[in-house]
Amino acid sequence: MGRIRVIPVLLLEQGRLVKTIRFRKPSYVGDPVNAVKIFNEKEVDEIIVVDISATPNGTPPDYRMAREIAGECFMPLCYGGGVRSLEHARQLFQAGAEKVAINTAALENPKLVESIALEYGSQSVVVSLDVKKNMWGQYRVCTQSGRKELGDDPKTAALRMESAGAGELMLTSIDRDGTFEGYDTGLLAAVCHAVRIPVIACGGAASIAHMRAAVRDGGASATAAGSMFVYKGVHRAVLISYPAQQDLTAQLFDVI
Amino acid sequence: MITIVDYGLGNLLSIRNMLRRLGITSEITADLARIASADRIILPGVGHFAKGMENLHASGLIEVLNEQVLHHQRPVLGICLGMQLLSRFSEEGDAQGLGWIAADTRRFDRTRLEDHHKIPHMGWTDIHPAHESPLLRGIEAPRFYFVHSYHVICDHPEDVLATATHGYPVTCAVERGNILGVQFHPEKSHTYGMKLFTNFVTHY
Repeated sequence: MGRIRVIPVLLLEQGRLVKTIRFRKPSYVGDPVNAVKIFNEKEVDEIIVVDISATPNGTPPDYRMAREIAGECFMPLCYGGGVRSLEHARQLFQAGAEKVAINTAALENPKLVESIALEYGSQSVVVSLDVKKNMWGQYRVCTQSGRKELGDDPKTAALRMESAGAGELMLTSIDRDGTFEGYDTGLLAAVCHAVRIPVIACGGAASIAHMRAAVRDGGASATAAGSMFVYKGVHRAVLISYPAQQDLTAQLFDVI
Repeated sequence: MITIVDYGLGNLLSIRNMLRRLGITSEITADLARIASADRIILPGVGHFAKGMENLHASGLIEVLNEQVLHHQRPVLGICLGMQLLSRFSEEGDAQGLGWIAADTRRFDRTRLEDHHKIPHMGWTDIHPAHESPLLRGIEAPRFYFVHSYHVICDHPEDVLATATHGYPVTCAVERGNILGVQFHPEKSHTYGMKLFTNFVTHY
């Protein structure tokens, strides 16, 4: 049996909890601290909170929010959004986060990843790679919450981030985000088999079966999901949920 | 009252946060006099072994800790790097440890792991108690959150309190009299960790 991490990803926009579809149309789903309290009660493995408005707005991480969330987390917390310097990371660790997630600043300046890893250890740095297919069907890495497309293919970017000192990668398919269509296992496989660090799959999950595919076919070390844990049903009624341990054991841990 | 030793490494707030939720009073301190009068000590830590020992030496904590733990037999709980520091030696920086437990700290042996076993070992893992102990009492199907690249190897099997398997079984908790250590993070392990901290203040 292989226990893998099943991680809710919560998105913040101006202090509100939102959920996107293909990184667009953020819909309000509730109060972030309250949501974290509920996930804590459900004993989730870990939680990732990303402020999707910080970098596009050019604001630093919201430390007060990070501190409030950390106060309710009796599981590991990874916080991302607006992290552009070692000092930003330091303040987030002081606020109680175990890890920081970095996207734009890491890809623009891999030295930032290196400096955080040197001071706090690689295990504390998650580089988030947001990927979408361009009009020629090629996978391309994006920054600025999916707004800016870089020329890099995901495997090249992943290897660069690994050698910069990232402890983990979170690989998100923008095309699958919020769609419930399942993870992009082809994208996952291309990255997971190229690097030695753990890769967290994200984008498209609707079921434990999708998570199984992300691990078996994609080679992911952990699976993350947003919509699956904050919505119920195809009409997207807001309801926070998390699979029961026995379901995860029977449908995931025992069969991967 | 639990005294959490601050020697400059690790996320001490999260330990205090969980203790507070449990109604257990604690303080985070580097003050030698405070530590010298502690009833129970937590030695936390995330980071580099050699750096950890260097900080303990530089702040004059070693002597106070030795006095408290070895002479007065105050209960001490090492967490993560704090557990590894209980050993004699670590490959991480080739440094001497506190030597309270007859054990050495070694890096995960890559040759004994398969490709999907990453280093660090990160995530939730079931632990297997080696014998009955008040520290783990009442914790059903115990599982905890781990993040580590090194693990402790004890000379004496009776010091091993629990093992966990990441590729191969490793010691993840030790107990020798008043000296306890856990490789995992109880402060990040929900009700499992809450029960462990409650046991530490109740039974030791």
